[in-house]
Amino acid sequence: MRKFLFRVSALILAISLVTPLLARGEEGILDKVKNRGRLICGVNKELPGFGFLGQDGKWKGFDVDYGRAIAAAVLGDPDKVEFRPLKAADRFPALQTGEIDVLIRNTTWTLTRDTDLGTDFAPPTFYDGQGFMLRKDLGVTSLKELAGATIGVTAGSTTELNLADTTRSLGIEVEPIVFEETETLYQSYDQGRCDAVTSDKSQLVSRRQSLKNPDDHVILDVTISKEPLGPVTVHGDNRWNDVVSWVVYATFFAEEHGITQANVNTFETENPEIKRFLGTDDGAGMGKKLGLPKDWARQVIAAVGNYGELFERNLTPLGLPRGVNKPWTQGGLLYAIPFR
Amino acid sequence: MENNSPTAVSEKIPFWRDVRVLRVLFQVVFLLGVILLLAILYTNMLSGLRRLGLTLNLNFFQDEAGFGISEGISYDPSDTYLKAFWVGILNTLKVSIIGVVCATFIGLFFGIARLSSNWLIRTIAAAYVECFRNVPLLLQIVFWYTAVVAQLPNIRESLSLFGGAFINNRGVYLPSPEPTSSLTIWLWFLGAGLLLAVFLYVLRWRQLQRLDRPGFRAKWALPAFLIVALCGWFLTPGSPFTLDLPVLQGFNYQGGMSFSPEFSALLIGLSIYTSAFIAEVVRSGIQSVVKGQREAARAVGLKEGQTLRLVVLPQAVPIILPPLTSQYLNLAKNSSLAVAIGFPELLGIGRTMMLQTGQSIPVFAMIMVSYLVMSLTTSAAMNWYNRWITRIGR
Amino acid sequence: MEEQELTQEIKPPANTKGLGRWLKDNLFNTWYNTLLTCLALVFLFFALKGFLTWAFTEAEWDVIPANFRLFMVGSYPQEQIWRVWNAIYILSVLMGLSAGLWGGLVLRFAVALSGVWFISALLPVELSTRGWCLGAIAMIAVSFFLGRGRTSLRPWILGGWILSFPVIMVVLRGFGENGVLTSNWGGLLLTLILAVVGIVVSFPLGVFLALCRQSNLPAIRWVSTTYIETVRGVPLITILFMGNVLIPIFMPGLDINQVLRMMIGITFFSGAYMAENVRGGLQGIPRGQHEAAQAVGLNYVQTTLFIVLPQALRSVIPAIVGQFIALFKDTSLVSIIGLIDLLGVAKSVIANPDWLGLQAEVYLFAAVIYFVFCYAMSYASQDIETDLGVGKH
Repeated sequence: MRKFLFRVSALILAISLVTPLLARGEEGILDKVKNRGRLICGVNKELPGFGFLGQDGKWKGFDVDYGRAIAAAVLGDPDKVEFRPLKAADRFPALQTGEIDVLIRNTTWTLTRDTDLGTDFAPPTFYDGQGFMLRKDLGVTSLKELAGATIGVTAGSTTELNLADTTRSLGIEVEPIVFEETETLYQSYDQGRCDAVTSDKSQLVSRRQSLKNPDDHVILDVTISKEPLGPVTVHGDNRWNDVVSWVVYATFFAEEHGITQANVNTFETENPEIKRFLGTDDGAGMGKKLGLPKDWARQVIAAVGNYGELFERNLTPLGLPRGVNKPWTQGGLLYAIPFR
Repeated sequence: MENNSPTAVSEKIPFWRDVRVLRVLFQVVFLLGVILLLAILYTNMLSGLRRLGLTLNLNFFQDEAGFGISEGISYDPSDTYLKAFWVGILNTLKVSIIGVVCATFIGLFFGIARLSSNWLIRTIAAAYVECFRNVPLLLQIVFWYTAVVAQLPNIRESLSLFGGAFINNRGVYLPSPEPTSSLTIWLWFLGAGLLLAVFLYVLRWRQLQRLDRPGFRAKWALPAFLIVALCGWFLTPGSPFTLDLPVLQGFNYQGGMSFSPEFSALLIGLSIYTSAFIAEVVRSGIQSVVKGQREAARAVGLKEGQTLRLVVLPQAVPIILPPLTSQYLNLAKNSSLAVAIGFPELLGIGRTMMLQTGQSIPVFAMIMVSYLVMSLTTSAAMNWYNRWITRIGR
Repeated sequence: MEEQELTQEIKPPANTKGLGRWLKDNLFNTWYNTLLTCLALVFLFFALKGFLTWAFTEAEWDVIPANFRLFMVGSYPQEQIWRVWNAIYILSVLMGLSAGLWGGLVLRFAVALSGVWFISALLPVELSTRGWCLGAIAMIAVSFFLGRGRTSLRPWILGGWILSFPVIMVVLRGFGENGVLTSNWGGLLLTLILAVVGIVVSFPLGVFLALCRQSNLPAIRWVSTTYIETVRGVPLITILFMGNVLIPIFMPGLDINQVLRMMIGITFFSGAYMAENVRGGLQGIPRGQHEAAQAVGLNYVQTTLFIVLPQALRSVIPAIVGQFIALFKDTSLVSIIGLIDLLGVAKSVIANPDWLGLQAEVYLFAAVIYFVFCYAMSYASQDIETDLGVGKH
């Protein structure tokens, strides 16, 4: 008995000593990614144009390309990235628990998410707004006429909250049906489970293509919210958020200055800022400040191209106009912070 | 516990070899260990939350929820999170209670059918039980939802039953009784009928006691009550209830009562799955009553119904009840699988709350406590009923 | 055992009475039984007719062969598929040896398994797959003849089964980045891994908890009772959600991947139920057994291991296997958390725009697979019961 007792106490002592040791590993995400040699990026798997798994088993889309861009910047290889498909409802837990390094899944930046959810946002890569899609033959042209309708939304999204806000301010009642998966939302809509769906307009445009008869459906000409979509990192790792943010700025910067995937390696310039950007002039050490190789921005552009190229490759084929998603020099909202 | 000392003089044993002391010491060390482990987890949690910049509090329950809920008691997005949570609890209770009733009836039916002397009936019942209890419930619920309920016709092409009930892929719409002004008059009749019934019940009970023989105690009370109620219905000026028929207005059917496809699929799945288990419980319960008992009862001249009521059931019910209780509890807990199809019950709403507020730990705690309370009260109630029925049976 | 009696009743005693007599006795013995039989026949006719018409004319079963790989292994990479086959071969050898040594139930399972491989090989699959299938049959057959009659090998084979578990895990995972990440495990493979891990780990956990709950030290009893009742009071899905979100918060720094978190959740949940089943058996052991064991000088550990547990476990085999079956079915819940197990694959196939509207076909196929495994387990349990004479009065 005494021996047994001794052993048990020793075991408990050992556990209590070891557990804090195990809990110690507090390296930053940047180091974690470098050590692992692979970036893990949470994406959408059901949104053609932004994030989806192609028939050939390859990940494609605007958000997916930003994942590749980060991998190119950090690891010098756009293919060293693993994409994790996430439902809207699972994306923040996945980020909080460290399952993914960065979340690029058409996620809207809001105050609550920035504070209460333990997340930090990088600059928006796509400025969107929430709209409604419904059948043409209903003859509905304004939101007021939707009183009494059944409207489908995705669980855990800002659209769910915006819908409630809007109907309240209009003084109408609608029946919201919440779907866990984007796919089931649109399938159910197609089968007539709900009269309308509401979501980011880009998503509506993208998903309309996969309905049985896309021409039977119309996207209402109303926008009920601002939806700035961008990459998200976990709260409390500012170095990593800096890296993600500056990868985004790099794509803006390249478009502002006409640097493209094709000419990035041969770009001739005397502009000192562009030199700093490309890493040809190591004087200021932009890469070192971020903890990245000095040619990180060149790698980004070589891998995925500038913002305009990203947009044209992924979103233009869907029929999405650039709208406000243009460089500030052309009257849009994209504004790269100085590389200095 | 090597207690090999002859214990001739117990005072001489040094305390570190005294089993009594060691027992206490061991338990203290064990408890300390458990507490230490919990403390480590707790501090880890706090530091993890601090790293994420989160705080732990329950104040958010007073905040405005802001999201809509498609079914349940009246609720508005401007209500608090607490109200939303309450809607979830009520939805869970609703589907659990209706599910328990359905599952019990279906289960009883198939349990008795499995004991039928008819080979075909017996085999069909056995096939039913084996098929439905060997396939995961989640798969069944998802099947009912996507492959059956969602495939029903569009709202404009609803199936109509007797012109008053409608079935489509948005749900089942039924007429609902709406009380009218003459309901109060009818309620008076009901009250009078109840009084009469109680009186007759006691009278019959006395008579049975005097005769010292078994019988149906409500034999007089039940018909008397029904007659009074029926007379009242016809004597009341105007019917006490009118039927509120569902009518297609605008986008949806208005009026009547309706069950959403999510609710229907969940209810079908839960009832069928649980009924397969209940059938087994019922079958083994009845089989546990030895055949000789039944034969003896018939031999002393009890009729078939009396044999069942006075001999078989009193012995079978105490055997059936505990496993039946655990099946009921399983059904209530399994209703949480509704998250897969989007019925807004406790867990589903809790999940939305977690996502909108980021307070996963307090919400998880609330969900767990709610389920625990439900489970513990149900098993307490069933235990009480079990004890009551065994006492009556003796 | 009741099943047994039933089937015996069902069999027509052909040597004494004819078919007509059997029909009269079992289907038409009274007027209401005749009525019931007729009603049931009408019902069966319409149900079967409807189902068969659908299954043979309307249903599009192409979706199953086209996605067969997904159903079996999910996104397990093609070039690493040999790992799965190696794991199957390890099991085949053990299965064959055990069939040779023990015969009976194991032999029947081995034959059934060979049958499955044989049929798979006949199906239009890739040549390499066909080779692997035939290889598996060969493995079973060869090891069957090797093992036959060598009774002395028995303890070694038992050890082999135990050892095969970690070995197979390593084979399936490989090492580091060159292996197959657990996030690529999927389909039936993942379902089976989750179930086996759950069963193997939750069984000892359950026994341990049951012993703690029966302990005469109050502190230990309270702690284990609290644990068991709390876990049994909440749904599995909440525990899985919690495991998914909270384990990384409770254990920062430890890289516990999602598959492992689900395994932990399932094990802890199932352990509590297992404990209650085992406790039922422990309570049935007469006090005298403990006293007798103490009288011959066995200590607590020896008494428990050699006297109490063997008897207790034997008497609750049906309940324990029932719990295994429940656990197997419960693994499907991980598809809600986002793992792509068998049900997860079914969901994603249905969501694939190429196969829209085939819910019934896909879910039926998945249901049949689940059914086969659950039914096999309950069949095995009944067989073991009859072998051990449990439940015979």
